[in-house]
Amino acid sequence: MCSLALFPPPLPSGQVTLYEANNELVSGGSPDCYEKQHWEPPSLNFPRETLKPHSRPESSSKAAFLDHKDTLWMRSAGAWYKYTYKTFSGCVLALLRWMSSFHGSLFPHLTVNITASIPHFVFLSFSKSFAVRSFAWHPHTDKFAVALLDDSIKIYNSRSATAPTLKHRLQRNVSAMQWKPLCASALAVACHTCLLVWHVDPTSLSTRPSSGCAQVLSHPGHSPVTSIAWSPSGSLLVSASPVDTAMMVWDVAAENCVPLQRVGGGGVTNVSWSPDGSRLLAATPSALFRVWETRMWTCERWPCLKGRCQSGCWSPDGSRLLFSVQGEMVIYALTFSDMTGGPKSAAVVADLSETTFSGTGGEITVGGEVQSLAWDPSGERLAVLLKGNAESSGHSAIIAVFKTRSSPVFELLPCGFVRGEAGAEPRLIQFHPHFQHGALLTVVSAFFVELPLSTSLA
Amino acid sequence: MPSCAESSWFARKVVRWRATASVSWSVLLLPATTMLFIFLIRFQLFHPIQWTSECLGLLTAASTIFSLLLLSGVVLVIGFFNLEYYTVVPSIPCSRVALLAKVLHPRQCVHSLVHCTVGMVVMWCASVMAGGRYRTLGFPCTHSESSGAHDACLNEYHLFFLLAGAFMGYSHSFLGVVQNMNYVSFQIIQQYKYLRFKGSLPWVVKCSAVQSLYSVRNYVALYFFFGHIPRAWISNTLNLQIDSSLHSLDSLAGLLDFSLLYHLWISGTFLLFTWYITVLLFRIYVTESYSFPVQSTFAEDAEQCLPKVLAEKNTLIMKFLALQDLALLSQHSPSRRQEVFSLSQPGGHPHNWNAISKECLALLNELMQRLVAHHDAVASNGRAKPPSASSDARSSSETSVSSVVMSGTEDLPQTPRPSVLMRTPGSVFLKSSNRSVGSPVTAPFTPDLDSPFSTPALRRLAPQPGPQQATWFSSVQSPHVMRRGPKLWSASTDSQTNGSATASPAPAPSSPPPEQKPSFIAQWLQNRKEQVRGFLAKRVLVVYLFNKLPEASSQALFADGQAHIWALEGLSHLVASSFSEDKYGVVQTTLPSILGSMLSLQEAVDRHFKLPHASSKPVKTSCSLGDSTYKTLRFALRAALKTAIYRITSTFGEHLNAVCISAEHQKRLQQFMEFKE
Repeated sequence: MCSLALFPPPLPSGQVTLYEANNELVSGGSPDCYEKQHWEPPSLNFPRETLKPHSRPESSSKAAFLDHKDTLWMRSAGAWYKYTYKTFSGCVLALLRWMSSFHGSLFPHLTVNITASIPHFVFLSFSKSFAVRSFAWHPHTDKFAVALLDDSIKIYNSRSATAPTLKHRLQRNVSAMQWKPLCASALAVACHTCLLVWHVDPTSLSTRPSSGCAQVLSHPGHSPVTSIAWSPSGSLLVSASPVDTAMMVWDVAAENCVPLQRVGGGGVTNVSWSPDGSRLLAATPSALFRVWETRMWTCERWPCLKGRCQSGCWSPDGSRLLFSVQGEMVIYALTFSDMTGGPKSAAVVADLSETTFSGTGGEITVGGEVQSLAWDPSGERLAVLLKGNAESSGHSAIIAVFKTRSSPVFELLPCGFVRGEAGAEPRLIQFHPHFQHGALLTVVSAFFVELPLSTSLA
Repeated sequence: MPSCAESSWFARKVVRWRATASVSWSVLLLPATTMLFIFLIRFQLFHPIQWTSECLGLLTAASTIFSLLLLSGVVLVIGFFNLEYYTVVPSIPCSRVALLAKVLHPRQCVHSLVHCTVGMVVMWCASVMAGGRYRTLGFPCTHSESSGAHDACLNEYHLFFLLAGAFMGYSHSFLGVVQNMNYVSFQIIQQYKYLRFKGSLPWVVKCSAVQSLYSVRNYVALYFFFGHIPRAWISNTLNLQIDSSLHSLDSLAGLLDFSLLYHLWISGTFLLFTWYITVLLFRIYVTESYSFPVQSTFAEDAEQCLPKVLAEKNTLIMKFLALQDLALLSQHSPSRRQEVFSLSQPGGHPHNWNAISKECLALLNELMQRLVAHHDAVASNGRAKPPSASSDARSSSETSVSSVVMSGTEDLPQTPRPSVLMRTPGSVFLKSSNRSVGSPVTAPFTPDLDSPFSTPALRRLAPQPGPQQATWFSSVQSPHVMRRGPKLWSASTDSQTNGSATASPAPAPSSPPPEQKPSFIAQWLQNRKEQVRGFLAKRVLVVYLFNKLPEASSQALFADGQAHIWALEGLSHLVASSFSEDKYGVVQTTLPSILGSMLSLQEAVDRHFKLPHASSKPVKTSCSLGDSTYKTLRFALRAALKTAIYRITSTFGEHLNAVCISAEHQKRLQQFMEFKE
């Protein structure tokens, strides 16, 4: 078992991790002072002031344009419609709410204010100072999508200068995005009320694709959608909502879906497909997660002791699942194989309890709960985003990089801590899915949107 | 598919057993449903104890047991009709005339008649179980001002229930035609039967309740206007008197009886629920995946192996299940993939792979030809037309614009019929399959380097060298030439004359070529037709009935798209896994033709989606048991095709540059390799 004490001490403030060479993380004074890699990654900075969240006050300017020549009867009918109808529908709504409160008393997590609960269940937290809601690399090309606070999505491509901006009437509270595998154009977006699948023509020069390019998938009761996962073969899309006990399996092109429902746990907060497509992790808001096998769609229940499953990631061959549990500072591993009936219990593979390093810049404390996990596609590196402690100054969120080894026994070995520029707080981490020369980690931080780190395995 | 059931081992051994199992499960579920029904229909809000004791007493009564037996018989009949009428390829007629023809088709009439009768039986049981005023048809008159010897009066409530049963039976049968309820679609994921049943149970309950509500509304309206006719008739024939002291039910006061409507609705829900459950169980059982052996050690089992079964044309359900099995094995089981890639023991030929890939490629090419023919027909006419004369139902069937408003209900299927050949919209398929019976298929189906279906040929089909192609073009174009003049008229004649004879579509495609010679009489007839057509075209009703909509023809083109989707998935997964698993390189020999087929199909599909209405999405149907998956199959096929090509290109990467395909395809492939499609 690996612990943080075995790590080399983190860099003092002001130093930036640049890349990894010969098993060591190399640091420098600023991100620009190293020889560029094969592709120069863009460093994007979205100033928060330019992004305004959706606010559309319903101040109607209807009267100014209305032709007031309609008869008294029509006007009175309109007035009746406006007031009586609204009152009536208000009553019906109140009745419905009252009835649903019974439902809520059975499932306590359902009564939480939905909008407020999204950040709670989604792994990344949208604090107000954070301009990026979600981030997704294209699985095959050098292209990524960034969802911003104002609910627009920008797509950056290494080979073209145009960065299309996607906006849609229904695109609110974007909480997850994923590109469709084995496809150049389809991007699935989990929104507040529905699921949008954008078809962005990669050869098009348009900077503002029309909302006709988006396919709207919705199912009654299935909102807000907070997590989506494409099957690696590109044929199915799974979506999950923390207030819906069923998880939906979509055939996106045909727009039909199959709900998969199991008793217990409440909704589904997070879904993640193993890279070989054989298994699917579905975490719930309670202390329970499920692992579905995707051939006959049966599931194994995994009750956790402490809290809900906070984050999970699959090894590239789909045989191993690493996950972390809320309230515990360890990483668990589950090993699946087709021969035996599956694992009986999870093993602890890394201990992330708080460790204090005393260096030149004063004492630095690292460790804590895991916010998210990312495993690079070659299976060599594991990045762990650790939550910081807001009260103490020397204890901020930090990324720990592990080396992974699967034979003879599965092991995590320490590699180092990654530090960004001063004041930047990492929020999202994702590995580049098809980087040829090792593992390319992308970090989306609170001030800097992207700080790429290439770990060349030389 | 009763006519071919005798010939096929699969229908005999598998489908029949599956149907039997599904029916027996629905019979086993009957007691539970009946109990629930009794509790609901005898519901008394203010006497809960009396209610419970009454219901419990009724559960063991002889009349209930007898009703249960009758209901089991009903379920058996419904199950039998499910088995006889189901289809995996929906037939999509597109106009009101076609709808009419389908509804009045003798086969459909039998269906409706039986459902009427069976509905009456169910309602009789329901009225017996409901008891009280519904129980019997006659009752002794309360006060006999008429001095008859026997004072039996007609119990209108009972009659009302029986007629409701007949009405619901008919509307079930009718809606089955309208909503393609006999179409069995395959699920996108595999699930165990029990879990699938459990998952769709709430939906079925909701559907039957909603559908019953609509039926009650329609029935009550009908009874209000015409209720006196059956009442008078029954009372005359059975010599029952009508008690004038009671309200007659076809009055406003009689019908606005809340408890009557509630009982009717609950009984209707019960009726529809038992039937829907039977349909649902049948669908679940029949679409369950079936594992065919890839190769067999015994010669007598050879016809049950995957390569043989895939080439099957008669039993469509078997072909579909085989393709599904191919798609599944190519994704999930390495050991069975190994068998596909293996060589035959003496000789060392990859027979399995050759047969499988040939069959899949034949499917894809057939679809491409169908699309090309359709596109050609549209392009030359300036408006969408059915691809051929043989698909009469389809030709008359493009829905009128106005029928879109009634979306969901207008796509009436043709009456389910024994499909001798794979029932597909385009005649191209029929032709190709016909021809393949006579001659070995390889030549037209192997897209060699200069395939006639590559881009330039798509645009102008006329001058093409080679006898094979020539026959094909003539056969494709002839129906089109034939009907260039009388679009409207030919549609009507087709549906009127052939409407009853739709069961034999096969001869149609072969007939057009000889008829092509322009004779004087034909010319004269042509002119007559033209005149009549001009006359008819001015009548609003005729236009309304015969108007065509390209979306329906587009749906019809892709009606069997599920087979192609599986073929694409199976082929692409096999090719992708051959990169690491194919020891002898058997796949490499067919890789050029696979890529060629896929790319030309991609081109044809792209072109098809450029047609007006081809890419418009259908309106979602609300709560009905009819499956509307077929309406979006073309989108699914387009997506599956792209994914399949990407799967191959992303697996092979730069190695594909060494595969020798035509320059046009090479260019296209390059686009895919750069992820620019």
